[in-house]
Amino acid sequence: MLWTKKDLLGLEYLTPEEIGLILETAESFKEVSTREIKKVPALRGKTAVNLFYEPSTRTRVSFELAAKRLSADVINIATETSSVRKGETLIDTGKNIQALKADIIIMRHNCSGAANMLAAALDISVVNAGDGWHEHPTQALLDIFTLKEKLGRIKGLNVAIVGDIAHSRVARSNIWGLTKLGANVTVCAPEMLLPAEIEKTGVKTSSNIDEVLKNTDAVNVLRMQFERDEGTAFPEQLDYYKKFGITEERLARVKKDIIIMHPGPINRGIEISSGVADGKNSVILDQVTNGIAVRMAVLFLVAQAREARI
Amino acid sequence: MSILIKGGRVVDPANKIDAVLDILIEDNKIAKIARDIKMQADDLIDAAGKIVGPGIVDMHVHLRQPGREDKETVSTATAAAAKGGVTTVLAMPNTNPAMDCAENIKLLKGIISKDAKINVLVCGTITKGRQGKELSPAAILKKNGAYALSDDGCSVDNEELMLEAFKKARQAGILIICHCEDKKISGKGVINLGFNSTRLGLRGISNESEYKRVARDIALAEKSGAAVHIAHVSCRQSVEIIAKAKKKGMKLTCETAPHYFSLTEDALLGYDTNMKMNPPLRSPEDLLAIKQGLRDGTIDAIASDHAPHTDNEKDIEFERAEFGVVGLETELAVSVTELVDSELIDWTKLFEKLSFNPSRILGVDRGSLSPGAPADVVIISGGKNWLVKENELVSKSKNSAFLGRSLRGTVDYTICNGKIVHAK
Repeated sequence: MLWTKKDLLGLEYLTPEEIGLILETAESFKEVSTREIKKVPALRGKTAVNLFYEPSTRTRVSFELAAKRLSADVINIATETSSVRKGETLIDTGKNIQALKADIIIMRHNCSGAANMLAAALDISVVNAGDGWHEHPTQALLDIFTLKEKLGRIKGLNVAIVGDIAHSRVARSNIWGLTKLGANVTVCAPEMLLPAEIEKTGVKTSSNIDEVLKNTDAVNVLRMQFERDEGTAFPEQLDYYKKFGITEERLARVKKDIIIMHPGPINRGIEISSGVADGKNSVILDQVTNGIAVRMAVLFLVAQAREARI
Repeated sequence: MSILIKGGRVVDPANKIDAVLDILIEDNKIAKIARDIKMQADDLIDAAGKIVGPGIVDMHVHLRQPGREDKETVSTATAAAAKGGVTTVLAMPNTNPAMDCAENIKLLKGIISKDAKINVLVCGTITKGRQGKELSPAAILKKNGAYALSDDGCSVDNEELMLEAFKKARQAGILIICHCEDKKISGKGVINLGFNSTRLGLRGISNESEYKRVARDIALAEKSGAAVHIAHVSCRQSVEIIAKAKKKGMKLTCETAPHYFSLTEDALLGYDTNMKMNPPLRSPEDLLAIKQGLRDGTIDAIASDHAPHTDNEKDIEFERAEFGVVGLETELAVSVTELVDSELIDWTKLFEKLSFNPSRILGVDRGSLSPGAPADVVIISGGKNWLVKENELVSKSKNSAFLGRSLRGTVDYTICNGKIVHAK
């Protein structure tokens, strides 16, 4: 199949086949990072711009390395030091980057829908690197890629997503991606951290982590996002670690080979114990490695689609 | 100056008329309605095949002047109104300065007498500066020409103060219009709370934040014996609460806006900021309840809640964009398309909601075609479609929720006080 979309905005907007194509493409790119010379010329002569309105090291570096390993030129715009500070609108900033003849904007933004808005206003590609509570598609793609790598399939897997679902773009993207590929997804959180009518996405909900873990192949542990919303209760108030924390004691009672994922950065002792994070079930660092391959695939595909259009 | 309107289908709920008749306008007033009037008039309008009704009385309009002339002015809003068949508007008082004292009302009236192309009625505030802390002088506002009081955009949270406001309004003989929203519940919400707010990752506004305040305000009005009008009803539970209270025989009326019976929250799925308003577009179930309320009479009036905003305030990130949409130029056509065309209500009922009832609620001598009444008339091609285009909107702001939509019903003539203020 052919990839035809100039942008990657969210997994809600993709077909299972499109998700499959990204994963396949990522598989072939994964090997590049193991070479002595970690570079292929796929995007030589192309320019990617990292436009980050929210602090991020992990995702920005991962995208930067992905673009560089494809031989693209990469510019990083930190909004604290750019004209954004002088009150420039997002669309104006985007149009200026387009006028500089960049090919791809990789954007992180604290407002949900910002990537959709920018993509609609521009001809060049927009890759969503996380927008508000909405989506973080490459994170979910790398989570799914890692799961598939470890367990050989997605269809029929029982996957739990635990934590602050309400404020999590990682959760939303994972829910769309996993359900489209046929996994059985359960979201597990205190009642107040479950968003309205989330079960309409096709997931089950639960507030009992021990019940959920009994029948789960993999757990995606989310970071508490309490800085995103002043109104949210702090984990201490919810007695979160005791009730939902992923600990050795909890895991000792369930399937031995359960897979533990986390999008990072980890809050040790808040949502996950150090022992689990560093333990044999954890694939957290594999996720980081796979992130580069997945992002290479995404950048390659959107650039190709745009080229086909021109 | 005389105008003879020949052969139109005259619909006038005030006089229970729905028949092919001629209308003669003389000296700014309706002079005569009869079959086949033979007279030489200064202007002759052939209305054969058209609907002729009382001009629209829109009791919820933000003119933005004084203070935000970059969004809209009395001049541009009333031009937009004329184009939409609207001959009278009630100007909401959330201007800068707010309409909370005699001086400010005088200032606005000065602008109106200079610039307005149609009738503009002034609404005063319930509290000073719409701060919800201290009551505005109801009797003085009324004496200076306010037709109603509202803190639109805000609800008065303090229950005792609101009860006091109703009591003072009752003494002064002035209507209170309530914007019903408990901001402790709606918080920083930007769209309807539900599956769509979850999908879009946006904060939700629950039905509860509206209907609980509807119930409170009705209870306070009842306690005080004052008349109350509920603005922009958007959800099922509000309709139910109002229907129940009306059965008790209270002086209670309400309005809804065209977007609440034509659009649902699904219009938000592309983050279109022209679909962002407060209260928000609700679920299909709520839309059905609004339509049902219009049909059974629970909802008395349709008003646009015309809320102009500049491109700078709308072409930005969704959660940072302003709430509100323009509506003066589309309210009639949306109503024809969604209510009359679908046979939910007939033309008589439509003019009740758009003209007759709002006039009665505000206590003005408009909204009828009675001989001797001011000649406010709209002439419509009820079966003609038109496309809503941004560059054809007369309003200074273009934030319409209906851009690109095909609507039924064109306004061919608008006559206000016996003068043709719009001709297609």
